[in-house]
Amino acid sequence: MTTLLMLAPALIPLLAALLYALLGWRPATEWVGAVAAVGVLAAAIGTAVGVTADGPHTTVFGLLRVDALSAFMLIVIGAVACVTTVATPGHLRVELAAGRTDDANCRQLGMLVQIFLALMAVAVLAANLGVLWVAMEATTIVTAFLVGQRRGRAAVEAAWKYVVICSTGIALALLGTFLLNFAAENAPTPAGLDWVELVGVAPELNPGVTRIAVALLIVGFGTKAGLAPLHAWLPDAHSQAPAPVSALMSGVLISVAFYAVLRVKVIADAALGVDFTRALLLVLALASLTLAASLLLAQRDYKRMLAYSSIENMGLLALGAAIGSPLAIAAVLLHILGHGLAKSVLFLGAGRVLQVTGTSRIDGVRGLAAREPVLAGCIGFGVLAIIALPPFSLFASELGIARAGFVGGLGAVTAAALLLVLVIAAALVGHTSRMLLGAPVDSPVPAAAAVAPVAAVAPVAAGAPVAAGAPARPPRRRWGADTFALVGALVTCAVLGLTLGPLGPLLVQASTVVTGTP
Amino acid sequence: MSTALYIQLIDLAAGALLLTAVLVLWRRELASIIEVFALQGVALAALVGIMAVEQGSAELGAVALGVLLLRAGVLPWVLRRALAGAGATQRETKPLVNVVSSLLAAAALTLLAYAVSQPLVQLAPSAATHAIPVGMAVVLIGFFVLVTRRLALSQLVGFLLMDNGITAVGFLTTAGVGLIVELGVTLDVLLVVLVLQVLKTRMREAFGDTDLDELRELHD
Repeated sequence: MTTLLMLAPALIPLLAALLYALLGWRPATEWVGAVAAVGVLAAAIGTAVGVTADGPHTTVFGLLRVDALSAFMLIVIGAVACVTTVATPGHLRVELAAGRTDDANCRQLGMLVQIFLALMAVAVLAANLGVLWVAMEATTIVTAFLVGQRRGRAAVEAAWKYVVICSTGIALALLGTFLLNFAAENAPTPAGLDWVELVGVAPELNPGVTRIAVALLIVGFGTKAGLAPLHAWLPDAHSQAPAPVSALMSGVLISVAFYAVLRVKVIADAALGVDFTRALLLVLALASLTLAASLLLAQRDYKRMLAYSSIENMGLLALGAAIGSPLAIAAVLLHILGHGLAKSVLFLGAGRVLQVTGTSRIDGVRGLAAREPVLAGCIGFGVLAIIALPPFSLFASELGIARAGFVGGLGAVTAAALLLVLVIAAALVGHTSRMLLGAPVDSPVPAAAAVAPVAAVAPVAAGAPVAAGAPARPPRRRWGADTFALVGALVTCAVLGLTLGPLGPLLVQASTVVTGTP
Repeated sequence: MSTALYIQLIDLAAGALLLTAVLVLWRRELASIIEVFALQGVALAALVGIMAVEQGSAELGAVALGVLLLRAGVLPWVLRRALAGAGATQRETKPLVNVVSSLLAAAALTLLAYAVSQPLVQLAPSAATHAIPVGMAVVLIGFFVLVTRRLALSQLVGFLLMDNGITAVGFLTTAGVGLIVELGVTLDVLLVVLVLQVLKTRMREAFGDTDLDELRELHD
């Protein structure tokens, strides 16, 4: 039973991808992706229940293995996938109506997004470092086409940078994998690349070789996670990809890469003591936070603003991992989920703003709250969530990381990080309030052009009634399932901030996997 | 095969690996860079082949054939095709670092590779592991090419040099990391190159040229 449940998150999306490949993107198939994502989430929850009750489970000739940490990451993937895929049909309808995309592109998007989901599921289920590496590199290949889908100069440039930088980073991780394998084979009790074996022999590994291997692995997977020295691909790729793809990349892909860093950390801590990875992760964390703060202050593009906020959050995750106490790791995992939900809302909302206003410049958007109250509400609350205000779960997780930092003897670094987080929050609120509040720009020429054809398809997307009382502006698209997805994600994020519910035991078990101590 | 001959052959193949990496830095014509890259593929395959004969392993022999096919055959072919469509930019005219400094940098990087690799050699001293620093040097030189060259195709060659170095280290350090991983790695490298080839074609459609200096749309 557990075997079937844990394979489902990889198999269901592959089936959906096959359907898209055969049938294409059409009214009958546009919800297939959402159904598959719901299936992934359901299977992930089922797997998590099984794992909390019965412990880890290995299958497929020992290549795949699920423990509490993998099960938690599956839930993150499923949750963000649900939000994104439910909002995708609405997004694509507008794009199709405006002539910015065609059926072939929609089919490609539907198919590749599903393969992307399956690969991320394989990455977190991998029982050994080699399979994880292959899955991570494959996600780069699949998403490269999604980033470059628009084929304009900017999109092609973003895709090129994305593939070159991420592949180089991942190549470093491959070198690290080979070296770790070398160390493991020459340990007193030879081992392979399997997680369990590696953690078992870790204390016997040659420290000199392991140190080189761990540094390469953390920098390599850190590249894919968007951590600072090799982050350059992230703002470009996230701002150029179609909105649902940005939401998935920012919401889960970089977190899955960070999951790889956590796995490496377990082995490194056992082999080298905590100091080595701690120093490495602290440097990456502070560099990411500083970079995000400095580039957010004068940011002019709202999609890039969200991308830099992702770099900030990855920095916070690295800080939490560097602290490494059970509280810090549990907070890191909760932060991954909260960030995934809030950031996917923001990127999907940003995609909608781009459709309504026709510009991605912050100063091109004014008074959104008056024109699109529901959308503006989603973005507003999303930003409040991402800057970690209560009741959203990011408040709880950032508080957890900060407390663990002060308790764990990293007070100075944590204080510096919190200062940077404050600067970033101020910048985000400042930019967003300029977009949402104030009087609307009076001559939205591109807006009218973008919105007019939308009206024709609006009845199809009819669903939730538009908030009454707004002044009668040019025809506005009624919000259906996509509003539902965004509001649902924000509500989930807020509920998680108040109570973890059944997620609590899973989180505790998952952090035990990382820290090694119950 | 006698041990002395084996050590000599390993050293010869490793030397060829390093020499071709340096030649990539020295040459400027993209066409000859690609030829040198193909030669490096042959050297890498020879290295694996020698190890296969020494160990009497048919499986490793098959892998050596695969390496030869991919790195001396398929990848150079893809690169040549990309070059044929590249039009005027057949030559790396103004790399960020000139050729003389590049060669000096290569020397420094090789020394660095030897220094960094000491723990690796000492862990299990043998003829094969003594060649690890060469693999590391090729990785570093590849990285250097990647960050200092401006043409899209040169960057691609830099990436592939890195990959050759990593593969060499992989074979020198271990009997193998499992067939599935091996296959996955090979497939991924091939796909990355094909993706970049597609992007390069699109880049030419969008930019008319593939000088990465033209890539200035996205910045902060």
